[in-house]
Amino acid sequence: MPIGINGAVVSLWQLKKDFGQVGAVRDVSLEIGAGEFLTLLGPSGSGKSTTLMMVAGFETPTGGDIAIDGKSVIGVSPHRRNIGMVFQNYALFPHLTVAANIGFPLKQRGIGRAERDRMIKNTLDLVRLPGYGDRYPRQLSGGQQQRVALARAIVFNPRLLLMDEPLGALDKQLRESLQLEMRRLHADLSITFIYVTHDQEEALTMSDRIAVMNEGHIVQLGRPEDLYDRPCSRFVASFLGESNFLPGVVHSFQGDSIVVADCAGTMLRAVTPSGNEPAVGQKVVLTMRPERMKFANGIDSPNCNRMRARVTEAIFAGERCRYLLAAPDGTAMVLKEPSGAAVRRRAVGEMAEITWSAADTVVV
Amino acid sequence: MSEAVAPTSLSAKLTFNWRALTPLLLVAPLVLFLLVFYAFPVMAMLLRSVAEPTWTLSNYVALSGDSVFLHVFWTTLRTAIAVTAGCLLLGFPVALTLARPGRTASIALIVVLLPFWTSILVRSYAWMVLLGRHGLLNEALLTAGAIDRPLRILNTSIAVHIAMIHILLPYMILPIANVLRQIDPSLARAALGLGATPFRVFREIVLPLSMPGVAAGVLLVFVLSLGFYITPALVGGPRDMTVSMLIAQQVDQLNWPYAACLSTALLVVTLAIMALFQFAFGVGRALRVAER
Repeated sequence: MPIGINGAVVSLWQLKKDFGQVGAVRDVSLEIGAGEFLTLLGPSGSGKSTTLMMVAGFETPTGGDIAIDGKSVIGVSPHRRNIGMVFQNYALFPHLTVAANIGFPLKQRGIGRAERDRMIKNTLDLVRLPGYGDRYPRQLSGGQQQRVALARAIVFNPRLLLMDEPLGALDKQLRESLQLEMRRLHADLSITFIYVTHDQEEALTMSDRIAVMNEGHIVQLGRPEDLYDRPCSRFVASFLGESNFLPGVVHSFQGDSIVVADCAGTMLRAVTPSGNEPAVGQKVVLTMRPERMKFANGIDSPNCNRMRARVTEAIFAGERCRYLLAAPDGTAMVLKEPSGAAVRRRAVGEMAEITWSAADTVVV
Repeated sequence: MSEAVAPTSLSAKLTFNWRALTPLLLVAPLVLFLLVFYAFPVMAMLLRSVAEPTWTLSNYVALSGDSVFLHVFWTTLRTAIAVTAGCLLLGFPVALTLARPGRTASIALIVVLLPFWTSILVRSYAWMVLLGRHGLLNEALLTAGAIDRPLRILNTSIAVHIAMIHILLPYMILPIANVLRQIDPSLARAALGLGATPFRVFREIVLPLSMPGVAAGVLLVFVLSLGFYITPALVGGPRDMTVSMLIAQQVDQLNWPYAACLSTALLVVTLAIMALFQFAFGVGRALRVAER
C-alpha cells in the first residue's frame, strides 16, 4: 500500500458549462490539495455533478480550465486521465465477474495476468470482500456492489478518486457504515477524493473541506465545522443542518465583530462574517442552531442572548425534545433540548425565557 | 344453519371457476380461428406427404436422393446465410445510431421504418426497375462511362441478396437497437474512465452486452430468409430457385405429395434452427433480460 501523500492537486479555474441557454456551472474556481477529501455539496441542479463530470472528462467545459498536478487536462480524453470514478448506480459491467470488473482497468493498462490476480485479491481484501471474485454483480447486495465499484476505481492506484453520490441508493444504516469505511480508505490510500452529494450529514461526516454549491456557483467553501458554525448565507445555514432565522435591525456595534440587533424590542448580539459589516439601521437576519439554544435556568452567563418566547408545540423525539416557539414578533423558531429525567418538559402555551451564546448567532 | 351455508359456498365455487376460465374464454375465438383456418389445413397438407398415393414414407426417401431438391435446398441455405450476414454487417452500425439519444436517432428510425411499411411486392418490383438491363443503375454507370455494356445483375443471386437484405434489414436493426438502448450509458463512461480506448469500450462492453439482440436479429432474419418467396421469385434467376419457389412450382403442377414433403422439410429445418438458437444463446431468456 502507498505510504505518504499520493494524491493529485486539482485546480479548477473559472469553470463554466452551459447546456444550451442554461448555465449548469457558472463560475467555479477551486484549489483541491493533495490527499484532501473535498465534498461538493448542493441540491440537485446546483452544478455539482456537472463539475465532477468535467473533472472526469465526460463533459467538456464551456469556459475556464481544469488542471491536475498543474497540467491542464482540457481536451484530454477520459481514458487518458488516470482518474478513479465511482458512479451513482455503480456502473458495474453485468457480463463480467467481480474479479473481471476489478481487473478491467488493469487489463487496459497491459498488466499481466498473474500481477492482475494479485492486485485484484489485495483490493478485494481492502474493501472487505475477500473471496467474492467469482460472483457476478447481480448476485451481490447493493452495499457489496458499491464496494466492488470502489475496488474497481482504486485498483490501478489512481491519484484522484471521484465519487458521484455513491451511497445514494443505500439504506441509512448501510450508508453510515460505508461513510466510516470511506474515511478509513481515504486515510489508507492518502489520495485525493472529490465527493459529490446532496446529503449534508454525509458531507459533514467525511470531508476535510466542503464546497457548498447553488445555481452553478460555490457559495461557501470551508471545513465542516466552519460551515456549520459560520454559514455565510441563509441558503448555507438552511441547507447544512437546521437553522432559525430572526429578522432584526442593526442597533449598534460592540468591538470589531459583534453586532447588536433589535429584534422586535429584544436586543440580541451576533457575530458578522468578516468583510461584510452591516450599517446601523440596516435590516439583517440572525441565524442560530436549534440545539445551541436552551431554556434559561437562572445561572446562565450574563453575556448570553435572552429572549422571551411562547411554546407553540412540544414534540418528544427520543434523545431530545423539540419545541416550536413563537418569538415576540411572531417568527416561528425551533429549540432542541436533550431529554432526561431531570429536565422539566414545557407545556404548550407556556411563556419561557430562552438563551443562547452570542458566538452561536450569525448575521447572514 | 348448514342449509344456509351450502348454497353460499357453492356459488363461491362457481364464481371461482368462472374467474379461472376467463383468460381461456378471451383467447378462445382466436384459437378456434387458428385451428379451423390454419392448423387443420397445415396438418392436412403435411399428411399428404405420407398419405399419398398410399400410406408410405417413400416420398421422403425419394426426396433425400433428389438432386434437384438438394440443389435448391443448398441454394436456400446459402442465400439465408449470406442475407443474414449482410443484414448483420449493415444493420449493426445503424442500430448503434438508433440507440444514441438525439435527433439523428429519430430520423434514422423513420428511415428504417418507412420501407418496412411498404409492400414487399412494391419493393421487389422497385429493385427490378433499378437493377434491370436498362435499369437506373446500368444507365447511370453507362452514362458515367464506368462500363461499356450493361451489367447483368437482375436475375442473378446478387440481385436476390441485395433485395432480400434491403427487405429484411429492419428485422435485424430493431432488436439490436432495442437491446443497445437498454445498456446503461454509464457503463461505457465507466469503461472509458477506467482507461479503455473507445474501440475497446465497444469490443469489451457494448458488443458483448448487445449479443441478445444480435441473436434475436440473426434468428429472425435467418428464419424469414429460409421461407422467402416473392423477392427471389421476382429478381432471381432460374438458378436461384429456393425451396419456397420449388413448393409453389410443384403446387402449380398439382404434385401435392412432393410439395407437402418439401413443406415438411422446410418446417422441420426452421424449427430445428430455432431450437438450436434457444439452446445455444437462450434467445428467449436473452430477450427477457433485454426487457429489464
